Amino acid sequence: MPGWLKGWVLPVLLFIGWEAGSRAGWLPLDSTSRPSLVYKAGLDGFKDGSILQATWQTLEAAMLGLALATVTGVAIGIMLGLSSRMESATRPTLDALRPIPSVALIPLALMLFGFGLMLEATVVAFACFWPILLMTIAAVRGIEPRLLEVARTLELGTFERLKKIILPAALGRLMIGLRLAVAISLVVAVTVEVVINPRGLGSTMMAAQQSLRSDVMYAQLVWLGLVGWLLNALTHRAVRAWPGGEGAPA
Amino acid sequence: MKARKFNFEAVLFVVGLLVCWQLFAEFKLISPIFFPSPAKTLTTLYERAADGSLWPPLANTTVRMIYGWVFACVCGMVLGLLIGISRNAREYLEPSLEFLRPLPASAIIPVAILFFGLSDSMSTAVIAFGSVWPVLLASIHGFAQIEPRLLEVAASLRLTRAQTLWKIVIPAAMPDVLAGARVSLSIALILAIVTEMQASLPGLGQDILLAQRSFKSAQLYAGVVMLGLLGFAANASLVWAERRLLRWRPN
Repeated sequence: MPGWLKGWVLPVLLFIGWEAGSRAGWLPLDSTSRPSLVYKAGLDGFKDGSILQATWQTLEAAMLGLALATVTGVAIGIMLGLSSRMESATRPTLDALRPIPSVALIPLALMLFGFGLMLEATVVAFACFWPILLMTIAAVRGIEPRLLEVARTLELGTFERLKKIILPAALGRLMIGLRLAVAISLVVAVTVEVVINPRGLGSTMMAAQQSLRSDVMYAQLVWLGLVGWLLNALTHRAVRAWPGGEGAPA
Repeated sequence: MKARKFNFEAVLFVVGLLVCWQLFAEFKLISPIFFPSPAKTLTTLYERAADGSLWPPLANTTVRMIYGWVFACVCGMVLGLLIGISRNAREYLEPSLEFLRPLPASAIIPVAILFFGLSDSMSTAVIAFGSVWPVLLASIHGFAQIEPRLLEVAASLRLTRAQTLWKIVIPAAMPDVLAGARVSLSIALILAIVTEMQASLPGLGQDILLAQRSFKSAQLYAGVVMLGLLGFAANASLVWAERRLLRWRPN
């Protein structure tokens, strides 16, 4: 059997066992549902647009949070990367903030923003901020010192220096941090929705579970898995395509 | 590493931040309902530690985190060993795992609720599923990359399979496994908090959510600080364990 086929054995067997076990009545229908029912629920969800709407809400929050984290993380990262004095002054503070689990900020963000997009985006931003910040610092530190000397000799202004030297030189590593952050953003967005925020896929899944529609719930779970997998594959390609990102870990 | 000297600027930065925060709260630039002063936050933390109401939720969250994490570590190591040393297992299992891995762990909370109800087993299952990935991937890597010469040594010493496993394979993969386990623990803490909030299980996660609902902002901030400390302590103790367990390594 060729290698790529072997990967399909387990999922296919599982699906057949699931469907057969359910039809034979061995599996309780209200908790395990049945693949054919799940498929139908998924089709219905796409037809009435509910799945796509929820997916958009989740991705919207993830991307907004990611954008916030990228802007602040890269800006602060470049500052701290260029000045080791500033880095050593802020390092203990950052080290004290970093172990705070992102989800611990959910009640805090809820109090400040109420339910909605901003609640989710701020928690996502906090979680994504750290990998971006650390990778940016490392990336700026890794810039060939002679390049910075060249910038000094050419008497480039701060903006020119950023645009012409620092950003291009640091971009490869920066993309790796960004890729980590993309994966984190989806996870955290769904988490906030599952816990509390009444929007997006996480929340529609909880609602389906609470109204005993396990078929709808599984359909959305499988869809979410696909979205996560696609996002992962896409960012991986983007990073590899970037000069300097070839050696990126899978 | 340089010798540790007193980092004056770092202290200044922290103090500056705290003073800014205190002033912000003092002049009520943001309503104190949402934004308590640091002094008030720390007093609340101290009071709750003194009257003992802080410890039960802290213990609950810690135990919950460790339960799920131990589960994840055992499953991750066994599966990692299997996939790492057997090409067949790798070809059959890895594609399925690749699909499951990017799935947000909290998305299986509704599934786990269906099977286990709003119970501690639900939370353990979710934590185990979510935190298994780092330790699993690290174990696969660790077990797959064992120096072949070590295995030749084992063969020439005529070690049995169990002996080889115990004396050669597991120690050689240990550095990778432990590094993965450390990442897993931080995820376990996050999921412990998440399940507590979602299913109203006792612990710090539920604690801060209740504080928010009753607008006890100082208690909420104190809880967040406590969770930060817990995260820090969890990570630090594993770094310490790593150092002790890997003392035999040259660097």
